[in-house]
Amino acid sequence: MLRFRSVSSSVGLAAVLLTGVLLVGASACGGDAATTAVPLSSGGSGTAEASSTAEAPATTAAPTGPVTLITHDSFWVSEGTLAAFTEATGIEVVHQTAGDTGQMVSSAILTAGDPLGDVMFGVDNTFLQRALDADLFEAYESPALSGVPDELQLDPSHRVTPIDFGDVCVNYWIDRFGDPSDGNASDGRLAAPTSLDDLTDPAYADLLVVQNPETSSPGLAFLLATIAEYGDGWEDYWAALRDNGVVVTAGWEDAYYGEFVSGGGDRPIVVSYASSPPAEVIYADPPVDTPPTGVVTDTCFRQIEFAGILAGTEHRGAAELLVDFLLSPTFQEDIPLNMFVFPALAAAELPQTFVDFVELADDPHVLDPADIEAHRNDWTERWTEIVLR
Amino acid sequence: MIRLRAALAAVAVLVPAAFLGVFFLYPVGSILVRGLGADGLDRLIELPGRASFRSVAWFTLWQAVVSTVLTVVVALPGAHLLARRRFRGRSLLRAAATVPFVLPTVVVGGAFLALFERLGLADGPLRLTRTAWAILAAHVFFNVAVVLRTVGTFWEGLDPRAVEQARVLGASPAQAFRWVTWPRLWPAVAAASSIVFLFCFTSFGVVLVLGGPTRATLETEVWRHAVFRGDLASATALALVQLAAVVAMVVVTNRLQRRRAVTQRVVRRALPPRASGRLLAGNLALLGVVLGLPIAVLVERSLTRANVGGFTLDHYGALADRVNLLPVSALGALRNSLVFAVVAAGLAVLVGGLASVVVVHGRRAVARAFDLGMMLPLGASAVTVGFGMLIALSEPPLDFRSSRWLVPVAHALIGVPFVMRVVVPTLRGIDVRLREAAATLGATPARVRREIDLPIAARALAVGAGFSFAVSLGEFGATSFLPRHPDRLTAPLALFRLLSQPGDALRGQAMALAVVLMLVTALSVLAIEGWGRRGTVRGDL
Repeated sequence: MLRFRSVSSSVGLAAVLLTGVLLVGASACGGDAATTAVPLSSGGSGTAEASSTAEAPATTAAPTGPVTLITHDSFWVSEGTLAAFTEATGIEVVHQTAGDTGQMVSSAILTAGDPLGDVMFGVDNTFLQRALDADLFEAYESPALSGVPDELQLDPSHRVTPIDFGDVCVNYWIDRFGDPSDGNASDGRLAAPTSLDDLTDPAYADLLVVQNPETSSPGLAFLLATIAEYGDGWEDYWAALRDNGVVVTAGWEDAYYGEFVSGGGDRPIVVSYASSPPAEVIYADPPVDTPPTGVVTDTCFRQIEFAGILAGTEHRGAAELLVDFLLSPTFQEDIPLNMFVFPALAAAELPQTFVDFVELADDPHVLDPADIEAHRNDWTERWTEIVLR
Repeated sequence: MIRLRAALAAVAVLVPAAFLGVFFLYPVGSILVRGLGADGLDRLIELPGRASFRSVAWFTLWQAVVSTVLTVVVALPGAHLLARRRFRGRSLLRAAATVPFVLPTVVVGGAFLALFERLGLADGPLRLTRTAWAILAAHVFFNVAVVLRTVGTFWEGLDPRAVEQARVLGASPAQAFRWVTWPRLWPAVAAASSIVFLFCFTSFGVVLVLGGPTRATLETEVWRHAVFRGDLASATALALVQLAAVVAMVVVTNRLQRRRAVTQRVVRRALPPRASGRLLAGNLALLGVVLGLPIAVLVERSLTRANVGGFTLDHYGALADRVNLLPVSALGALRNSLVFAVVAAGLAVLVGGLASVVVVHGRRAVARAFDLGMMLPLGASAVTVGFGMLIALSEPPLDFRSSRWLVPVAHALIGVPFVMRVVVPTLRGIDVRLREAAATLGATPARVRREIDLPIAARALAVGAGFSFAVSLGEFGATSFLPRHPDRLTAPLALFRLLSQPGDALRGQAMALAVVLMLVTALSVLAIEGWGRRGTVRGDL
């Protein structure tokens, strides 16, 4: 960032100018830095900027930007949504993506204290404790939190703010099963599974595909669901799943598009998301009226995604405003169709496809983030021994 | 004049050295030091005692060796065909062979699984799905082009009269190959093999998707520990082992290349003999099975709907429209990729070309250091490079970590070894007598370089540029670790995003994007090499 300071001697001035030239050179080579970090355009970012660049940085004036939002690759909002924030506040938002959630959290830990941005969006409850342990965030209690259900607010000291949630659940291909409410008898076809227990039933042998919890986020979530359900008995449960012919893939794509019926595979039960059925409708080709897949709501693990202000930010005020904005109805109602998860704000309205085709678990499986961080490496190692060796 | 030459020599050394130092050695060194500080040294000492580590290391090594040998065996006949025979579509075949390079592993993995299914190899006694064989097959698919093109280019420059003389003297074709061609060809084969080996040694996506959940390489283990387990110490220990193995391997192959290099006259016959029908058919059938079948599956998928019959072009039409999951349309992502690829290829040719001159004509110590150092980025894990850049390039004057140009720079790091592996053997092969003759006739060293070395090397440079271009178009690993503006999404990342939600429309679009990516690659490589050919020396020298 280039900022003029008062310098007394001409030698000092020359040194600063030289540094400035070098910096400009460096950031010109660096492309973005010059164009995005220094807001040259006036469109809305007006007065506050002008006053702070003239003199030493004003500390108490209105928050200035630009504010940099770091997200995982899956983050997207409709065009114009972030612009709405700039219009309302005069603060420009620079959006940067940093890989998947694991990559993003790891890079944030590596750059702690000298963060890549001001606000990070997308750390979820499976990675939350790791981020908190690394002191990535500064506490901020957004006034908008009053509209967010308590069960989503996992950090009492508000270092992170819940923005959205989604469930990882067992999905099934409806056509391959009879109606669950009929039981097995009605048309002689196997009923769709309704519980985790069903999946170890020999009637469901060789039907299930899951992801490796060591390499896949939904895979980990599903393992956590079974641990939340069975406690210490989870190991026996997975031994039974293995005996029942479960197939394990490295990632979600290989499971859903490789093994699951939807992608041309032959297994009709897969670990996916509660929002997969509406996606099957929205991205159907040719169009369909109802989703071809259903969700087993008793198997769901709740993933909550948070935003936090990165420690070391130089735009604390602007960062606070951005976090508030992430909880505003404008942003919250834009979430479902872009990211296929659910708004944290209780009052946010859902799109019709979600209302029609999503079955949210009333009582999803949850685990304390501290518990997850303390045990995940042991759990996944044990899981590998039980299921893969 | 002397001073100018010294300055030019300094530039030839400094530019590649600075490039490698700033964008590779310094970042990788930084992350390794950080990891070692965090118990990495203890982990490193513990590693050999761990059975799980030994099995991963062993698997990494043997699959890379076997993949490399298989790739060479499959590609050599094709390389001969490209070098020594004339047939319709020769340039097209050369360009088409680069296509696998740009395909994301998740797509190729899917194509292979579908292929196994269709050929009845998904289950039963001949099962390939989730076996090491599947990994080997995919490695051959990805890497055939490396051997085909590097060796083919070099072979074309060998004087065919040596073989003709051997044949006249009564040698069988096999004997002529064994005693005349092979010793001359060997440096190029070694150069190509070392690249293939490094690619397979650091294989990531192929192993995860095709090998099934029980198989791991050092590369996947580094990633798992660094990203998923948040265990930088163990990741660093594994990365060090991987890097040490890569250094050892490069040192050995470099030595082999130097020892066996035979100088020869560089000759281009006006017209190589026409390929016989049988030879052509046999080779094309082999390449068709290895390269064609998986690609055919992709093309078919891009033209059909998963659960409905009949063909459709809708998926291609959809490429121009942005879907909700992507910040730009698929075509927009493709355009980003093309811009990055042009920059990356340019950088790779500049840096790799200068480094090649240093390796061949520079002082011995510097030459060897370059020959080793420039290869390392191929063998370092994407995690190490990506995270290293994040922590090292954060302070002025090296504050590049959020710069968009860091992406093509990372791509160029991988492209440079390709340029060098094609250019160095070619430069080494230039007949000393040719240069001496020119000097005797009064040409200055600079003129010798311009009039003799450059035209001969231009062809090799173009092949290297084509490679770098394709590598950049398909790069996924390092790119995914660098922070970037979402609008600058590259095509492989876009493809990956499209496959992250259910829906046949998304899948169809992903397959269409893969096919367009292949076409664009083939056409670009064709154009780049066509341009390089114009500079080639013609006729007998």
